[in-house]
Amino acid sequence: MVSWFQKNLQNVMLAVTALLLATSVNVNAEVAAPVVPKGKGEQCVEPTAEMRKNHMDMLKHQRDETVHNGVRTKKHALKECIACHVQPDDKGQVARFGEDEHFCSSCHNYAGVNVDCFQCHADRPQELIGKGHKIKPHHTADFKDKTINKDALQALTKVSK
Amino acid sequence: MKTENITDTSKRKFLGGAALTAGIVIAPGVLLQTVQAKPDDQPVTNKVRWGMLIDTNKCADDCTDCVTACNTENGLTGFERPETDSQWIRKVTLKDKQTGHVKTLPVMCQHCETAPCADVCPTGASFKREDGIVLVDKHICIGCRYCMMACPYKARSFVHEDLTDQKDHAPRGKGTVESCTMCVHKVDKGESPACVTACNKEHKAMYFGDLNDANSDISKRLKQYGGKQIRADLGLNPGVRYQGV
Repeated sequence: MVSWFQKNLQNVMLAVTALLLATSVNVNAEVAAPVVPKGKGEQCVEPTAEMRKNHMDMLKHQRDETVHNGVRTKKHALKECIACHVQPDDKGQVARFGEDEHFCSSCHNYAGVNVDCFQCHADRPQELIGKGHKIKPHHTADFKDKTINKDALQALTKVSK
Repeated sequence: MKTENITDTSKRKFLGGAALTAGIVIAPGVLLQTVQAKPDDQPVTNKVRWGMLIDTNKCADDCTDCVTACNTENGLTGFERPETDSQWIRKVTLKDKQTGHVKTLPVMCQHCETAPCADVCPTGASFKREDGIVLVDKHICIGCRYCMMACPYKARSFVHEDLTDQKDHAPRGKGTVESCTMCVHKVDKGESPACVTACNKEHKAMYFGDLNDANSDISKRLKQYGGKQIRADLGLNPGVRYQGV
């Protein structure tokens, strides 16, 4: 069965495409495109298309330059991305990384691409820290006040069957 | 219009430079902590070597202002587990058993010229910047902790637990090693490290500056009064020097 499918993959693809074209089915209708929050500023540091495609390279280049050489230009710095793109909503609440409303995770959740940036870096501008939702990134409990509520404890200690 | 702008900028720069020079000449006492700010787009060079001088005779036994300032500046909130909580600077108490004389001094990363941590690091995450500041590139740190074993000053900490709400100038995270950065984010702006600033409010036991510049306050003090390296026998040439030990 598998080998037949592999052998005839091209034909199958052609048939499916022809079928889709013939019936004019919109294959994208099932999944909504991510809603990317608007930034604070007027214009991004690079054209949108450029940012969409290459933001990771810019961030990685900048990170090495900053950590090793002390270059602290703001243009391609993660801190500046966050300062502009992560803004409070009408109620003054700021989305955390991991939530669909957060600038970075709006797209990354949609594309299923996991990034580690915010295990160390702040996911909100410094002045908004403490104003975020109470959701913790990376699904861990907050033991800072040395208490843990019953629900969180149950969730953590539950053994999946 | 454009030409005019350029002229204005250069004039401003020239005037700014002149004012700074004048400031140093007129009031050297007041501007002791002033260090030359590096332009943001320029990489650091080995023309400078940042260092610290700690006068233990001025360091008060009951004062922990440097530790508090470091924790606040870098967002080092612990979990009240002293065995594992991060500690970038600590007060060490020395007692002379013969005389009973007690002395305390702050110990942090000594920013060695030949840093053992950087030597043993298998990934290149531990490194020394051109200007002598020893750092961990947490992007490539795998958390093996060889550097912690290699460090003779016990200066490094490992982050054992998930962290949230880190400072944006001091990213820290679980699974990586960290230590005193000499407040590199402040140094790059031309400011002094947080511990030095805090100490200078009252006891004035800590000095920060360029060890390569013979005219810097720290170099002059070292020339006049001398300064010891802790474990000088190891030949690591640390950037942190002590007086009165």
